[in-house]
Amino acid sequence: MHEWALAEGVISTARKFAEENGLTKVTEVVVVIGELQQVEHDVLEFAFEQLKTKLFEEAKFVLKAEPAKFKCRNCGHEWTFKAQGLSEDISEAIHFVPEMAHVYIKCTECGSPDFEVSKGRGVWLATIKGEKDE
Amino acid sequence: MSDPRIAVIEQRFENVGKIIAVSSGKGGVGKSMIATSLALNLRDRGYTVGLLDLDFTSPATHVILGVDGLYPEEEYGIIPPLAHELRYMSITHYSLDEPAPLRGQDVSNAIIELLAITRWGELDYLVVDMPPGIGDATLDTIRLIPRIEFVVVTTPSRVAYQSVRRMILLLKELGIPMSGVVENMVMRPSDYVKSDVEKLGLEYLGSIDYDEAVEESLGDVDALSKTGFYKRVGEILPDSL
Repeated sequence: MHEWALAEGVISTARKFAEENGLTKVTEVVVVIGELQQVEHDVLEFAFEQLKTKLFEEAKFVLKAEPAKFKCRNCGHEWTFKAQGLSEDISEAIHFVPEMAHVYIKCTECGSPDFEVSKGRGVWLATIKGEKDE
Repeated sequence: MSDPRIAVIEQRFENVGKIIAVSSGKGGVGKSMIATSLALNLRDRGYTVGLLDLDFTSPATHVILGVDGLYPEEEYGIIPPLAHELRYMSITHYSLDEPAPLRGQDVSNAIIELLAITRWGELDYLVVDMPPGIGDATLDTIRLIPRIEFVVVTTPSRVAYQSVRRMILLLKELGIPMSGVVENMVMRPSDYVKSDVEKLGLEYLGSIDYDEAVEESLGDVDALSKTGFYKRVGEILPDSL
């Protein structure tokens, strides 16, 4: 996913959560980022800085990376994702739409494209901390 | 906890007027031809139009449009490239002509991803070429794209129509707006589809005769626009939306 789209999504989701739970100030947002998306943390942090509203003035955005792992549905082999060695075009295709991994990556044991991304596929909000008015 | 992609999808359609899903319960009925011709017909009338190909396993609109090597521009997301003046988004921008063997959950994720990153900008119409059937992709599209309206395509074949009919019943049950039904590839006149569609309380938008020139026109939009098929799509569809 694109870093700016992701930052917009995180801010919108966190704002909605804050509204629903009566938070007047968000102090911390923890985002887990699956490695398969190859999100550039610097760009994402910059996007957060640009997009954050007053509600997030004091918020710390914590990014946690989760390594991507694959499990072959055909032979059961498990292996980890390595972006190195992929061409720039393929790497970019997977960055924008991670399911493109099924187009370009095959099981390292049996060559099947039918594998599961068992870890590190998506990006999600893990926790949000904030304060309520007394 | 929460998937941040869902929150941005609705914003992506903020400045899009009508969103039309060209859909069918059955494959091979000419959905992609009708979706592409509808988008081009609307363009001919001076509207700004987008075309989104959501048939990830059998994408076809790029073949009909004759476009190759298009790549979206990156600017705070993805800007769909222009193809014959249509803002055009297809998974083939990323998968090229390689097979995309995706299971249900992967299809859902790829749809969510594409909807979350694509910035359509201002459009009068967005035409969506839907995957056939009532599986994950159709259900996700209904769930995620706001204000979506369906144009349902069938052929006169009873085999096709029975699947299409099940789709109509599902859409009715879900309360999804339908503009009506188009009967494509008609070779001899029959009331079979029309009478049943009307019995279901839907509008029968019209029939399109089988046109051999369509196959010849693939990849050549000028040739396509001269076919009887294209003109007929222009006669029956834009005014019914």
